[in-house]
Amino acid sequence: MLTEKKILELEQKANDIRISVIEMLLEAGSGHSAGSLGMADIFTILFFHILKHDPKNPFWEGRDRLILSNGHIAPVYYATMAHAGYFPIEELKTLRKFGTRLQGHPHREYMPWLETSSGPLGSGLSQAVGMALADRMDCGADTHRFIYCLMSDGELDEGNSWEAAMLAGKHKLRNLIAVVDRNNIQIEGFTEDIMPLEPLSDKWRAFNWHVIETVGHDFKSLNEAFEEAQAIFEKPTVIIAHTVPGQGVDFMEHDFKWHGIPPGIRDMTGEPSKEEQGKLALRELRTLGGKIKSEHQ
Amino acid sequence: MNFELWEEKLKANTNKIFNFIMLNPKLKLNPKIFSLGCEQVPTRKGFGEGLLKAGELDKNVVALCADLTESTMMNLFADKFPDRFVQVGVAEQNLVTVASGLSAMGKIPFCSSYAMFSPGRNWEQIRTTIAYNGRKVVIVGSHSGISVGADGGTHQALEDVALMRVLPNTDVISPCDAIEAKKATLALAKTPKPAYLRLFREKTPVVTTEETSFEPGKAQIFWLPDVGLAQVGIIVSGGLMHLALLAAKELEAEGIKTKVMNLATIKPIDTDAILELAKECKAMVTIEEHQVAGGMGSAVAEVLVESFPVPIEFIGVRDKFGQSGTPDELIEKYGLGKDSIKKAVKKVLKRKV
Repeated sequence: MLTEKKILELEQKANDIRISVIEMLLEAGSGHSAGSLGMADIFTILFFHILKHDPKNPFWEGRDRLILSNGHIAPVYYATMAHAGYFPIEELKTLRKFGTRLQGHPHREYMPWLETSSGPLGSGLSQAVGMALADRMDCGADTHRFIYCLMSDGELDEGNSWEAAMLAGKHKLRNLIAVVDRNNIQIEGFTEDIMPLEPLSDKWRAFNWHVIETVGHDFKSLNEAFEEAQAIFEKPTVIIAHTVPGQGVDFMEHDFKWHGIPPGIRDMTGEPSKEEQGKLALRELRTLGGKIKSEHQ
Repeated sequence: MNFELWEEKLKANTNKIFNFIMLNPKLKLNPKIFSLGCEQVPTRKGFGEGLLKAGELDKNVVALCADLTESTMMNLFADKFPDRFVQVGVAEQNLVTVASGLSAMGKIPFCSSYAMFSPGRNWEQIRTTIAYNGRKVVIVGSHSGISVGADGGTHQALEDVALMRVLPNTDVISPCDAIEAKKATLALAKTPKPAYLRLFREKTPVVTTEETSFEPGKAQIFWLPDVGLAQVGIIVSGGLMHLALLAAKELEAEGIKTKVMNLATIKPIDTDAILELAKECKAMVTIEEHQVAGGMGSAVAEVLVESFPVPIEFIGVRDKFGQSGTPDELIEKYGLGKDSIKKAVKKVLKRKV
C-alpha cells in the first residue's frame, strides 16, 4: 500500500538522490549521467519501499537481493545506498577517486555488501538466476525472498542476457524480478538504430516470462508493477520500465550524448556551456523544475 | 595399499627390476607404472567420482553443466543429486555467471564443460563475476590439450592454463592422473578461492595410488636418482607424466640422472620446490599439453629468472593449432612424446654452464 504521503516522501527522496548524483559526477569529472538520473525513481522505490533489507545489518540472510547488472549507473546506486543509510552521504564525493570505496563501476572487494561487481554488460541477470536457483534449493516454493535484477535495455544486445532469460523461464523462477530500464538509448545512439530490440515485450514473453510495462517515473504505477510481479507465481517477471534518460535535468533528457559523460566537462552544440551545465542541473533539481522559488539543499 | 608391503615389494624387486626403485618411495606411486598392464583411466573420471564424494560430504556442493554432463563425468553427481544440479544448455557464458550467483548464496558450484568453451568462450564472465567478484566457483575444463584427438583443433584447448593463471585470486590445478584428479576435486570443494581444474579426455596411465599424498600448492618429486644428484630437473603438469617417467627411465639407463617433478598445482606455484630442484640440477625441462606461451613452463620460467636463472627447454605446442588424429600421433607430431623429452633433456644438459 502506497499512501499519498509516502508518494510525496519518495518524490522528495528521489530528488535528493538526483542532486547527489549530479554533485558526485561534477566532483568526479567522469561517469554516466543519463541512466543514473533515469533510474533514480526506481532505485528510490526499491530501497525506500519495496526491498526487504537492513542498512545497519547489510549481510542479513533474509534480505532480498538486488543485482545491478549495468554497473555504469553506479552513481545512482551509491547515492541511493548512502541516502538509505549504508554509508555516510559525505563519502559520495569520493566517487571514482584513488582509494575510494566507490569504484567507477561497483566492486564488492571494496564494498562487500554490494551483491555483485558489475560493469561489463549482460551478466547480471544470470547471476540473479543463480541466486534465485539457490534460494529455491534452500527454501523450495515457500521462499519469502525476492531476487531483483536491474538492467539496461542496451545490454539486451548481449547474448548472455538471453541465455539467462531462457534458464529462468525453464525453471519458472517466481522469486526473480528483472527490471529493464527502457530508456531507448545506448552509448552510440538510440537502441532502435544501433540494434533494434522491439518487439521487446514479445521477446520476453517468448522466453516464458510474465511481462509488465510501466512508466518508470510514477511511484503509484511502479508500486503496482512490483506488487504484481511478487504475486505472479508460475513465472519470472520482467518489468519493462519506460524511463526518460536524464530525467529531472531538462537539457539532458532524451539525449544519448549524456549516456556516458558528466556535466561540466564538454561544450556541445545545443547544450548549455560546460561552465553552466552543473549549475543549471542543480538549480533545476533544487527548485523541482521551477515549482518552488527558493533552492533548498 | 599397505606401505610396509610396498616397501617389501620394492626390496624384493630391487635387483630384478632395476628402474623400479627410482620412483620416490615416500609417495607410494603405482608399482605397475612401467609394466604393459598399467591401468589407464581418464582424469575426468576421477573428477566425476571426486565430485560425487564432495557432494556427499557437503550439501552446499552444487554442479552445473553446459550439455556435456556425461562426457565431463558430471552425470555421477547429477544422477545422485538432481536437485543440486543445473543443466544450462549450450550456454557457457550463462554456466559460469549462474554459478557466481549460486556462490553468492553460499553454494559451492562446480561448472564443467570442455576447456575450449569454458574458460575458452566465457573468460570475461569468469574474470568479472567470479575472480574479480571473489566468488568461490570451480571451473572444470575437460578435453584440454592435444590428446583430445579426432575432434580436431577447434576442440583442443592449448591456451586454457594461460587464460586462467593470469587471473588474480584464482588457483589452477592440472592433475597427472585420475586418482589425483579425484583428490584435487575433493580439495577444491574445501578451498575458499575460485579455481580452475584442468582435465583430459583420453585415458592416461594411473601413476599415483590412493595412498599417494596430495596437497594443493605442493609439488612432488616422482622420480629421483638412487644415488647422487640429478643432472636435469623435469617438471610436468598433467597427463604427460607417464611419458616423462618413461623418458627418465631410459635416460637413467643411458647414464643421465634426472628428477621428475609433478607440478599439479600451477597456481599458486610451489616456488620453494622449483628453486630447490633448480639449485640441484641447474638445468630444467618443462612438459605440458599446452602452448609454450603462457603455460606451466612459462610460470616456472617466471620463478626461475627472478631468483635462480638456469637453462630451460620447454616441451609444449609451439604457436600452432591442433588437428585431427589419434592422441599418440598428435603427441608425436607436436613434439610432446618420449623421444622429444629425451632430446630436450640432452639439449639442456649441453647448455649447462
